[in-house]
Amino acid sequence: MNPVDLVGSAVGNTFRSKTRTILTILAIFVGAFTLTITNGLGTGINRYIDDTVAAMGAEDVMTVTKVAENATDASDGPREYDPDAIVGEQNGPPGTTNVVAPIGSAELDELAGIDGVVRVQPAKRVDVDSIAHDGGTEYEIGVGGFVSGMRLQLAAGEQPDIEASDFQVVIPDSYLDVLGFDDADAAIGEPVTLAVTDAERTRHEVEATVVGVAEASLGTTSSAVPNDALNDALFAAQSTGLDASELDAYSQATVWFDPASSADEVAALEADLADAGYDSTTVAQQLGAFKSVIDGIVLVLNAFAIIALLAASFGIVNTLLMSVQERTREIGLMKAMGMGSGKVFGLFSLEAVFIGFLGSAIGAGLGMIAGSAISSALGGALLADLPGLTLIAFDPVSIAAIIIVVMGVAFLAGTLPAVRAARADPVESLRYE
Amino acid sequence: MTGAHHAMTTPILSARDVRKSYGRGANRFDALKGVSLDVLEGESIAIIGKSGSGKSTLMHVLALLDQPTDGTIELAGEDTRSLSGAALNRARNQTFGFVFQQFFLTPNASVLENVMLPLKIAGVGRAERRRRALAVLEQLELADKAKNKAVSLSGGQKQRSVIARALVNRPRVIFADEPTGNLDTATGAVVEDILFDLNREHGITLIIVTHDEELASRCDRRVHIRDGLIVDIVERAPDAERAATAEERAA
Ligand SMILES: Nc1ncnc2c1ncn2[C@@H]1O[C@H](COP(=O)(O)OP(=O)(O)OP(=O)(O)O)[C@@H](O)[C@H]1O
Ligand SMILES: [Mg+2]
Repeated sequence: MNPVDLVGSAVGNTFRSKTRTILTILAIFVGAFTLTITNGLGTGINRYIDDTVAAMGAEDVMTVTKVAENATDASDGPREYDPDAIVGEQNGPPGTTNVVAPIGSAELDELAGIDGVVRVQPAKRVDVDSIAHDGGTEYEIGVGGFVSGMRLQLAAGEQPDIEASDFQVVIPDSYLDVLGFDDADAAIGEPVTLAVTDAERTRHEVEATVVGVAEASLGTTSSAVPNDALNDALFAAQSTGLDASELDAYSQATVWFDPASSADEVAALEADLADAGYDSTTVAQQLGAFKSVIDGIVLVLNAFAIIALLAASFGIVNTLLMSVQERTREIGLMKAMGMGSGKVFGLFSLEAVFIGFLGSAIGAGLGMIAGSAISSALGGALLADLPGLTLIAFDPVSIAAIIIVVMGVAFLAGTLPAVRAARADPVESLRYE
Repeated sequence: MTGAHHAMTTPILSARDVRKSYGRGANRFDALKGVSLDVLEGESIAIIGKSGSGKSTLMHVLALLDQPTDGTIELAGEDTRSLSGAALNRARNQTFGFVFQQFFLTPNASVLENVMLPLKIAGVGRAERRRRALAVLEQLELADKAKNKAVSLSGGQKQRSVIARALVNRPRVIFADEPTGNLDTATGAVVEDILFDLNREHGITLIIVTHDEELASRCDRRVHIRDGLIVDIVERAPDAERAATAEERAA
């Protein structure tokens, strides 16, 4: 029997006992449908997180702090006071204070000398008091950092230009109304005034142009994002009156590494930094914990779907055992007429694989339709505050993987009946009672 | 060609001291106890004997469906024990045709599908197997039933479909186990005529297992079997039918 006929016969045999086949397909359908939805959930949420990573920082960047000499564990008891130490801005678990040593030009040089560091820059942390447009009411606002490679999720306008010497700022869309803009597009090109207070409590105002409006996302909720020129100007204004030594003490620095680095190379760089006495965090790491929680939940959901599939695979075993039983004579006849055992095995396993294919293709198809409907319904209501989030998303690779896995499971389930058919002795099967 | 004695060369099938036992120890049953038989190309042989005497067992062994416990079967002079499984399958597919006592037609498939089955197994392409199956159905006057489901045929039509299926791969030997056992006398006679025509006109070797003395008497040789042993081989004397055949051929 040539392969085309083998597949054709297997497909034809599948529909000989329609009710039985349809019931089996239905069982597989339930499993495949569930697996598609749960997988889509994982894909959707993780894709959102990945987009957010780009909004929170570039991929080839890590934030570095210097470990304070007496920065021992909180559990070791009260810590000795260190007048030079800075309370770091990096968030730890509630209840811990991250005491870090200051980073000055000596440390910056040391960092620049470490193998794998492409560039280093102190993080000039700016505290802006307020933002106002056209002499209107002032509103409190935070300022986020922007480094090259980072991509904000914009409602309008463009990313701030790192190279530009004019003062540019991206404002969050939640400020549009209060600053008196009709919509996001109306804000582009408009001037805003940012106010900072220096150590001597003198107020400084800096004027900047709005180049973009950011959508609220997981990473940057309600901060204005300046370009380098504006950030430097704000920092300079804020530092007015400080002496040189005070100026030369940053709580953290930003380190760039080769964007083509593998995970191992990044780990090696982090180990080198740790040896030199620095803590480092990449953006991916900051979101890593969140991602592993999502992955864990999706794994549990997938496990349920797989249990459903396992139950369905017993349905396949049952269906095929029955058809092997019913077709004993036909199998005997085909073997008497010279059909090899391998082909008989192939005929029945292909039938199993085809049942698996039908169940999973229909399951995945309807799963995608249902998933898209659910996420667009939720996106308009429950999740309207998280623009850019498609709760259940699908990528072709994982859909194909689901179908192939189900077909594989079906093949395994089909082996027992198929082996039984292949072993049938033609004389025995043809001996009439 | 009349077949019976023209080929004094190598027999197409020959059994040498074939034994077949079922079970072991106390349950052991010897169905064949040392059978030797040469089947010449083109002859017709009847295997007759009482129920349980071992007729079907002998046929299955000769047809390479079953392996003898002891002894050898030679196919055109070649010891079949030396053949691989694939070669045995090929021999059964290309050289043999089977007519069993029961029809073994797939009831919900069309007559054409049923008849094409051996060609499908042989890997013959779609168009070619259709053409050949339709030709055979034509030969057996079943062409108008090609599209019908096998289940809808009468007993005689079913048996003719089975013969068509046995013929479609142009076999050299047809094995028929009680080919008329399920048919009434008149229909049975038609089926017998078809088989003997094939033997006479196409030189196809016939090996027929039967209880029916009358059917057996139409064969060139009658092999009597009792309790797993050949007790007698009777050659048919040149009789009326032989004469009739000669006349036909002369005409
Ligand atoms: N698989 C088997 N196991 C045990 N005994 C068997 C088996 N197959 C056949 N036999 C025995 O071998 C003997 C010969 O069987 P076989 O089928 O050849 O008889 P037969 O001459 O064809 O009879 P019938 O005319 O009734 O078909 C019988 O006694 C039968 O019981
Ligand atoms: Mg029998």
